[in-house]
Amino acid sequence: MSEKSEKSERLSVFKTYKLYVGGKFPRSESGRVYEVTDSKGNWLANAPLSSRKDARDAVVAARKAFGGWSGATAYNRGQVLYRVAEMLDGRREQFAAEVAAAEGISKAKAAAQVDAAVDRWIWYAGWTDKIGQIVGSANPVAGPFFNLSTPEPTGVVVVLAPQASSFLGLVSVIAPAIATGNTVIVVASENSPLPALALGEVLATSDLPGGVVNILSGRTAEISPSLASHQDVNAIDLTGADAGLAKDLQIAAADNMKRVLRPRGAKDGDWSADPGLDRLKAFLETKTVWHPIGV
Amino acid sequence: MTGRYARRYAHVVTMPTVPAFGPEAAARLATMADVTASDTALRRFLHGLPGVDAVGLEARAATLGTRSIKTTAKSYAIDLAISMIDLTTLEGADTPGKVRALCAKGIHPDPTDRTAPKVAAICVYPDMVKTAKEALRGSGINVASVATAFPAGRTALPVKLADTADAVAAGADEIDMVIDRGAFLTGRYLQVFEEIRAVKTACQRPDGSAAHLKVIFENGELATYDNIRRCSWLAMLAGADFIKTSTGKVAVNATPPNTLLMLEAVRDFRDAVGVQVGVKPAGGIRTTKDAIKYLVMVNETLGEEWLSPHWFRFGASSLLNDLLMQRQKLSTGRYSGPDYVTVD
Repeated sequence: MSEKSEKSERLSVFKTYKLYVGGKFPRSESGRVYEVTDSKGNWLANAPLSSRKDARDAVVAARKAFGGWSGATAYNRGQVLYRVAEMLDGRREQFAAEVAAAEGISKAKAAAQVDAAVDRWIWYAGWTDKIGQIVGSANPVAGPFFNLSTPEPTGVVVVLAPQASSFLGLVSVIAPAIATGNTVIVVASENSPLPALALGEVLATSDLPGGVVNILSGRTAEISPSLASHQDVNAIDLTGADAGLAKDLQIAAADNMKRVLRPRGAKDGDWSADPGLDRLKAFLETKTVWHPIGV
Repeated sequence: MTGRYARRYAHVVTMPTVPAFGPEAAARLATMADVTASDTALRRFLHGLPGVDAVGLEARAATLGTRSIKTTAKSYAIDLAISMIDLTTLEGADTPGKVRALCAKGIHPDPTDRTAPKVAAICVYPDMVKTAKEALRGSGINVASVATAFPAGRTALPVKLADTADAVAAGADEIDMVIDRGAFLTGRYLQVFEEIRAVKTACQRPDGSAAHLKVIFENGELATYDNIRRCSWLAMLAGADFIKTSTGKVAVNATPPNTLLMLEAVRDFRDAVGVQVGVKPAGGIRTTKDAIKYLVMVNETLGEEWLSPHWFRFGASSLLNDLLMQRQKLSTGRYSGPDYVTVD
């Protein structure tokens, strides 16, 4: 008997995936979960099925974090984002396995996606203190004034993450929004939320202040309407919404004149292409200051 | 325990409850004159009160906090809570402008929705009473003034009485006095008792009416639940119209257990003496959820008679904004944000 038990295999440890809100890992307030399966329908894990109250709590956390994050120097934000990339790089294998399971692609392809995501994170980290030079300007005016336009973060941004690209797509929508000083509430891909929930664990260990990124998993169509109509949300990115939902969300978002980003063309297209500056510029407001010249 | 006797013989002796600020209250309190006749008698009575079961009290308060109040009941509770607020500004930096702004907010808490009820009172320092009184003219909102060297209360009695009389003369409808915690903790109960009596007298106006007196215990400094129970009885015996948890100026303010304890003391006092006294938790109540928990406690401990601004108040400033945001959520269906309420 003792011989047999010594040889028996180790019991597997099932991971409890949890939300990432305000720097903490809560379960859904509703206590609900849903089954996440791989591309062949095999059970992977249970993920929290967020309710609109979780969404409300996430907005409160994002608003609370906004002052500190938007007020941090661009250089400091860049350092923090670089740190995130370092942490991501250290967990490449875990993410590659999760992406391979979620998207039904080979290990090698998944690893390439994760590498691309880390590189993209670093690329955006470098942009934090350079975007101001690109989109800001010193304007010529007919008077004795310096006239300077500088970009300012929009505020609390809701991001509906791409449904198909569970990691590279996710990173490509989060990183530009926070690089410019916004705080975000991310609604993860409905069918493959595990890489997003695991990203929360990376963010929690990498100097990013709690509440700057808040990650919710669940039914996009259930959570997003209350976020789109929320009066304390300043912008919404509809990347992960289908055409019907996107229309409803745009109508709901009109009430407090949220900035809405509705990507054109194939939403879940190829995220490996050079993203350009469009997403960095999407959630910026221009502030122009007139300052008298001379004494 | 007098409360138990009163309940046991309630069918034999019928004693209608009278309000603490009414003319009959003095006669009722006089029936307890034996326990307040001397320091020894008062100490014997207060120390004879049953000890508080701290674990039971906290468990009871926690249980009452789990009630789920939704939809129409929530809407009722929010409006009730708004109408019970003593909207408070007690800062060294208070200016007449800030007090006037607060008064305007008290009259129309939500300028975008005139169905929002007005608050119960505006609570200010004595020197701001005149400003507040002018700003609130005709609105039906009371002016409450802290007095007696709030918040520490560390001055001589004549100064405290002058402070009170000054606020009453300036037009205060309600006086929030602090007790002498030093005297209470030393065990000089009769001194505290006499002081409350003296301040109550100072609340009298020349025309014979009187400002309502709220007595602040500062629960955070009383250290034990037993002391809070004793202090509640002491203040009610001395003629308090309201008993109030705290000043909001120390680390521990109103908590559900210490407020529940005071509610129970008020219930027992009503049973024993037949006088109805109000309760005001103050400090630390910031969310609608918290406020509703308190309302549940009031309803479960004292009953519906106390669910009115005449008998229950919240001493708060930031609570009102959260109530308004929840109210907007209920009326529009979408979550509101701090951009849609005033910054004060």
